[in-house]
Amino acid sequence: MTLNLTHLRRLEAESIHIFREVVAETDNPVMLYSIGKDSAVMLHLARKAFFPAPPPFPLLHVDTTWKFRAMYEMRERMAAEAGMQLLVHHNPDAMARGINPFDHGSLHTDLWKTEGLKQALDKYGFDAAFGGARRDEEKSRAKERIFSFRSANHRWDPKNQRPELWRLYNTRKAKGESIRVFPISNWTELDIWQYIHLENIPIVPLYFAAERPTVERDGLILMVDDDRFRLKEGEKPVMRSVRFRTLGCYPLSGAVESQAKTLPEVIQEMLLTTTSERQGRAIDHDQAASMEKKKQEGYF
Amino acid sequence: MSAYEADALIAKDIDAYLDQHQHKSLLRFITCGSVDDGKSTLIGRLLYDSKMIFEDQLAALEADSKRVGTQGQNIDFALLVDGLAAEREQGITIDVAYRFFTTEKRKFIVADTPGHEQYTRNMVTGASTADLAVILIDARKGVLTQTRRHSYLAHLLGIKNLVLAVNKMDLVAYDQAKYDSIVADYAAFAASIGIAGFTPMPISGYQGDNVTTRSANTPWYQGPTLIAHLETVQLDVAADQKKPFRLPVQWVSRPNQDFRGFAGLIAGGTVKPGDKVRILPSGHMSSVSRIVTFDGDLDIAVAGQSVTLTLADEVDCSRGDVIAAAADPASVADQFEATIVWMAAEPMLPGRPYWLKLGTQLVSAHVQAPKYQVNVNTMEHLAAKTLDLNAIGIANLSTDRPISFEPYSASRDLGGFILIDKMTNATVAAGMLHFSLRRSQNVHWQSFDVARESHARLKNQKPAVVWFTGLSGAGKSTIANTVEKKLLRMNRHTFLLDGDNVRHGLNKDLGFTDADRVENIRRVGEVAKLMTNAGLIVLTAFISPFRAEREMVRQMMAPGEFFEVFVDTPLAEAEKRDVKGLYKKARDGKLKNFTGIDSPYEAPEKPDLRIDTTKMTPDEAAELVIALLLGEL
Repeated sequence: MTLNLTHLRRLEAESIHIFREVVAETDNPVMLYSIGKDSAVMLHLARKAFFPAPPPFPLLHVDTTWKFRAMYEMRERMAAEAGMQLLVHHNPDAMARGINPFDHGSLHTDLWKTEGLKQALDKYGFDAAFGGARRDEEKSRAKERIFSFRSANHRWDPKNQRPELWRLYNTRKAKGESIRVFPISNWTELDIWQYIHLENIPIVPLYFAAERPTVERDGLILMVDDDRFRLKEGEKPVMRSVRFRTLGCYPLSGAVESQAKTLPEVIQEMLLTTTSERQGRAIDHDQAASMEKKKQEGYF
Repeated sequence: MSAYEADALIAKDIDAYLDQHQHKSLLRFITCGSVDDGKSTLIGRLLYDSKMIFEDQLAALEADSKRVGTQGQNIDFALLVDGLAAEREQGITIDVAYRFFTTEKRKFIVADTPGHEQYTRNMVTGASTADLAVILIDARKGVLTQTRRHSYLAHLLGIKNLVLAVNKMDLVAYDQAKYDSIVADYAAFAASIGIAGFTPMPISGYQGDNVTTRSANTPWYQGPTLIAHLETVQLDVAADQKKPFRLPVQWVSRPNQDFRGFAGLIAGGTVKPGDKVRILPSGHMSSVSRIVTFDGDLDIAVAGQSVTLTLADEVDCSRGDVIAAAADPASVADQFEATIVWMAAEPMLPGRPYWLKLGTQLVSAHVQAPKYQVNVNTMEHLAAKTLDLNAIGIANLSTDRPISFEPYSASRDLGGFILIDKMTNATVAAGMLHFSLRRSQNVHWQSFDVARESHARLKNQKPAVVWFTGLSGAGKSTIANTVEKKLLRMNRHTFLLDGDNVRHGLNKDLGFTDADRVENIRRVGEVAKLMTNAGLIVLTAFISPFRAEREMVRQMMAPGEFFEVFVDTPLAEAEKRDVKGLYKKARDGKLKNFTGIDSPYEAPEKPDLRIDTTKMTPDEAAELVIALLLGEL
């Protein structure tokens, strides 16, 4: 009798294998938890990898203070459910300077996220950090390694990355160097949704359509999630049935108009509509900021 | 329903669609072709036809096609995947790009290996995880050198499903005779290198003929379209599950006193509770009690699944061990013949210790000089003393302790390995084990009643190796000589191994290339080790220019018995002294590979003792060494 493993089961087994390799071979790993759907899947896979023990590493949320309220609720709930320690880091410099997405454009992402991440990794001395990036997200990510090495000052040296053969990952590194590890590299957006559906993984309700207060600005539908949202003259929040395809800082996350209230309906819309996932992220539209450059600077 | 008529079902019954897609299997394949074979166009078309391209990407594609495309006003599919040219110019190493698309029956991961220069390294990397290879041929050109190289590498990496895609059929007017002759040429070549079978098909990636839909232009072709073949080709799932059970242990789970689980990905076979197993390499026996997963205990688990096993007995078992079917365990050995693909700019140094990672085992290994190198274009065997970047060779290797393994032909997971440079931590090679050498099966350690401790006790001393390293003429032999005289007066039993003297006898077959220097030090290390077993205090005076070999010798010795003494004389000073007149010869070009002149010296980073010969006499230096040996420093 032959048991046929489906593509999702094979992807799952591969991801679990990656988690275990990192835990076995590094000193102080951490999972970067961004609360989005990819993080939800990654957390679920980590729990599977180490069951019956909880994952033997903490969750780290590099926060900007500008996430959706529903995301903060989800964060606390999931960490408790997984029995994992939750570390939240706020860049004190960004905090002091009052950096925000309305006034500071790309500096907002740079200081809160890029610099904040480096600070947090240094503060706790993490030598391996799991991230939820996928190769299908954009053309330039297709060539990414699963294990990505960073120098002691978090620089990504594209000329010095290692070939990955079979299931063999070379995790050896010099003192001070660290590794970013992407266990769901080979998952596509559809795989992620199907797996969430199959495994009944909790996700932030913002992924489902509901009536939400919104304004339309620069071609993006933005949600007015709290009273820090600065309305321009003449702007008035309008209730629209919207959902989000990607979640980040709420003033930077574009919503799509939708009636999809269940997971199958969301997947249906995703398959039938034809704009790619990253379009909802304002960060990509900002000047000529390529992912490549961001990555070299240490952005995930 | 054909592969690309999914939209109707998505709109009509999303639950049925999801159900269908949850039962898909996964096929990983690699496309092999040169720049002009239309590889990017073919991959671009597969993505396009499987609706993996979104509207915004399509808009960008159409704009790019008009601007920089090579297809006039038509869509240039190649632009979908050619994102890499600019990165190549920036010198970013790209070994493989992975693309994804899906049909109703399967999800596909395509490994796309760009570039000519690093082709061997890249293709080997991409092929290592592939179940199938698509070999692209330009119908106008037929079987080329590259075709042979691609096929050889795919075969070397154990890919059993080969598709010969004769592309650009539109440019030869869909000529059947042309196609048949290419297929016949290829069949002859394939048979000559041991490829058992392949599936040929006439296609046009540009026009779409026989890619996703049958072409009216090739009525003489009765076989499947490329997509139909990819969707239905039999995978080795059944064969993998019929193999004997193997679980390389990744991690031991101990959440509490009562639970000890062994986590890993099953490399072969199936397992059920109650199955008798053997732990390798120790050979301890036990049986499986539970197969633990987050979703509940399983009654059976198969190759490819990540699981956690608990065993009925409290046996020693940790990361690196292999849990195997008791009746048919994997082999254990420490000497092997292997194929090695060199992937680093710095050539292989036979004799230098590298880390070897195989499955979850990490050991130290030496590779001997290759028996021969394979020319990947002609399959000829060439004589070789080392392997350079992208070279493939057959060599023997030995590990510092026995490892569990299987021939690569039987198991990718237990036969494929990587080599890691101990200094830079770079992955420098990939390898495939053929078999263990009989001598490692038949040579056993003989144990004797007079132990090394007895030898040392009789001499009333603690054995040690004092390793003097430094440039030629630094003063190593002079200081070692003074130390030995002092030890003699202290009634110590010593022996001095000197670089020049050893090269008159034991090492007279060795020259001064990097590879020979490594072997020189390895032999001296082994001799010094035997002498410490005999209870002696060994003094060695060798330039020993490389850190890796000095570290190798340190690892050979018992802990605390190795002392590295850096005789630090600046090059200018050593050259000024030039006791043997060698520097002058080297400067005159009469002596090649001279350390400090045209061969590097890697100074110790943390020697046990550093002697600055510009600040102290040999006698003062010797006193310091004695103090070091007495533990007074």
